Amino acid sequence: MAITESLLPVTSEQDPLSDSRSDPIPETRRRRPIKIHLAVFSGFLLIALYVALIVTHDGSVSKNGANEDGTVVESRARLAGVSEKRNERIWRFSDDQKTVAFAWNNTMLSWQRTAFHFQPEKNWMNDPNGPLFYKGWYHFFYQYNPNAAVWGDIVWGHAVSKDLIHWLYLPFAMVPDQWYDANGVWTGSATFLDDGSIVMLYTGSTDKFVQVQNLAYPEDPKDPLLLKWTKFSGNPVLVPPPGIGTKDFRDPTTAWKTSAGKWRITIGSKINRTGISLVYDTTDFKTYEKHDTLLHQVPNTGMWECVDFYPVSKTKANGLDTSVNGPDVKHIVKASMDDTRIDHYAIGTYYDSNATWVPDNPKIDVGISTGLRYDYGKYYASKTFYDQHKRRRILWGWIGESDSEAADVQKGWSSVQGIPRTVVLDTKTGKNLVQWPVKEIESLRLSSKKFHMKVEPGTVVPVDVGPAAQLDIEAEFKIKKDDLEVILGDDSVEDDKEFSCQTSGLSTVRGALGPFGFSVLADQSLSEQTPVYFYVTKGKDSKLRAFLCTDTSRSTKANDVVKPVYGSFVPVLKGEKLTMRILVDHSIVEAFGQGGRTCITSRVYPTKAIYGATKLFLFNNAIDATVTVSFKVWQMNSAFIHPYSAEDLGVSSRT
Amino acid sequence: MKNMKMMMMMMMVVVSEASMMVMVSEPNMIEQTCKETPDFNLCVSLLDSDPRGSSADTSGLALILVDKIKGLATKTLNEINGLYKRRPELKHALDECSRRYKTILNADVPEAIEAISKGVPKFGEDGVIDAGVEASVCERGFIGKSPLTNLTKSMQRISNVARAIVRMLL
Repeated sequence: MAITESLLPVTSEQDPLSDSRSDPIPETRRRRPIKIHLAVFSGFLLIALYVALIVTHDGSVSKNGANEDGTVVESRARLAGVSEKRNERIWRFSDDQKTVAFAWNNTMLSWQRTAFHFQPEKNWMNDPNGPLFYKGWYHFFYQYNPNAAVWGDIVWGHAVSKDLIHWLYLPFAMVPDQWYDANGVWTGSATFLDDGSIVMLYTGSTDKFVQVQNLAYPEDPKDPLLLKWTKFSGNPVLVPPPGIGTKDFRDPTTAWKTSAGKWRITIGSKINRTGISLVYDTTDFKTYEKHDTLLHQVPNTGMWECVDFYPVSKTKANGLDTSVNGPDVKHIVKASMDDTRIDHYAIGTYYDSNATWVPDNPKIDVGISTGLRYDYGKYYASKTFYDQHKRRRILWGWIGESDSEAADVQKGWSSVQGIPRTVVLDTKTGKNLVQWPVKEIESLRLSSKKFHMKVEPGTVVPVDVGPAAQLDIEAEFKIKKDDLEVILGDDSVEDDKEFSCQTSGLSTVRGALGPFGFSVLADQSLSEQTPVYFYVTKGKDSKLRAFLCTDTSRSTKANDVVKPVYGSFVPVLKGEKLTMRILVDHSIVEAFGQGGRTCITSRVYPTKAIYGATKLFLFNNAIDATVTVSFKVWQMNSAFIHPYSAEDLGVSSRT
Repeated sequence: MKNMKMMMMMMMVVVSEASMMVMVSEPNMIEQTCKETPDFNLCVSLLDSDPRGSSADTSGLALILVDKIKGLATKTLNEINGLYKRRPELKHALDECSRRYKTILNADVPEAIEAISKGVPKFGEDGVIDAGVEASVCERGFIGKSPLTNLTKSMQRISNVARAIVRMLL
């Protein structure tokens, strides 16, 4: 195969000046011929360095370290305007000059559609909206573009389910049909009033592109499907207050009760570069009183979207209604960072009297790059709700695509929702949340196989489970005690002070105690595979530290896909075994470490490891440690998500 | 009395600063913005050449660049159509390029325009980044030398500049 020219100017052999032939602005060139040639040339240098910088900064591993030039570093930092730029859609082509563009065919693209994750029949979806449980049905609303597989023309899609897994598509709940939401019916949240009725607050983009908050409620409270929604005649109920940008005021939360009996909500925004959450009190959801103080703010985090605020119990395993407060309760503030597209949360204390919240540890405040995340993969614009039916708090999160928009257009859809997760405070560590796929997902488990394997260092073992595109895997890993002791006692084993999955943890980089785990969505020859694994390192205090990672860098032969290495530290307490759960559903892989202390969601697009060719492997790439793995693998059924019909709803047909 | 003087002085400072701001900022909006992009010269030349540039705010400037992406994609598609006749042996790669550039015109550009206009810049960022990606994928489809290299590079450069400006809106 012939070598195609590199796309990156940095390796281009072509004279950059000749590029001006196709300069798209000939008039300018005529006016300033010399300057533009220089401009093109220096522009090239800048792009080259810029590309190099992106390459080293997009969360994936790079051997390219060309970021020495001070001016470029500065311009990059200013350009990004953020401490951590980690945009999924930043592209990086493989350095392999022999790679040619990948041509997707419909067989491959069809396989990518998930079997048991929520996704619309076609077109674009983003944020989860107003989840709730009402008269026996879970309701799920979502940002939806009815007209294309990319964002735009947003309406509220609507679906119902008895179990959070088997969904029925319903007609749109709300569409832009008023001046105050003419440019989009955007994200919102539901609140149950004391009498059991529902109010929905949502952001509208007005005919003048101003972000305002609107009130809607079910037209017929007796209808368990909540098919029809009425928009309040006095909308909008909130407009951007003085000092807040007209396009920086969106995504109201579920309301909670104050000790004085009022309702309180918070809405994300920003002032300059400081991410903030505004607070309002109301009694009727029609008129509001703004607090002069903020619920919370963190400098240099940029716009806060989709703020979520809720209590978690310090002692009990059940979830709490949003209004619960007391000595046994901590409060979570979550915000979705517009700059980095990361959902960050922090644990802290809420003060009802002055409507403020203070983080337990200011060093890992909301939005700080080293702070806590729901998910260390692709997971954004999430929202929780209290499920009064089963007394639990459930988290929804939007999982976008990591492929090109051309592929999205070709396959006709974009985005899925993560499997809903129960979310509780980790009562053992007290320092993080624990997220776990809702119990109901287990109803999809079909046949299972149990394994107990001892895996020597440097081995890869095929795991015979039949088809491997829809799996649920639960595994327990034990490192041989002797090996641990040898490593801990060996001073020559270097301390790993700054290990991270992204920079040092490629699944092929071998260490004393890792990586070991599963390769999912692999083909027989392992030419495509997505390893999900633990990496254990010796900290400077000679204590072991565990990391959970997902390496998508070899997940596909295709080159128009972003393939990062994701991951983070996982707290492992004394006496605990390393445990992992993985949900595999075609193009989505969700990994949960230590019962859900650390979660990683990734999108992968194999070209060979599809249909019957999809395999599962177990591997141990550690240098010194033998690992014993006990695990169970279930085949997962499809959830058969489809449009509703009278039969689905248990309604007997009319005649 | 003293207070009055102080106030007068402060007023003067404020007024003179304000007038300086006006003097300095208006003609330099484009340059100021372009300094924050990875390709100052390209950025300035693209925006200066557009009659809307001199009076545009940041999102206006971003929209002009999306327009440039649209113009370049249209131009490139025309070039691709011409190549079908001149270089029939490239049909396979040209088909892929055609599809990719149509994605720029039919998906990336409208997505970016709507997102930037409505104030959800992150989806605008998706659109302008993807324009560069589609161009790159097209380029890589040629076995041997690509006849579109210059156009590809132009698209990548505009995409990078547009992205930087869209990010200022976040």
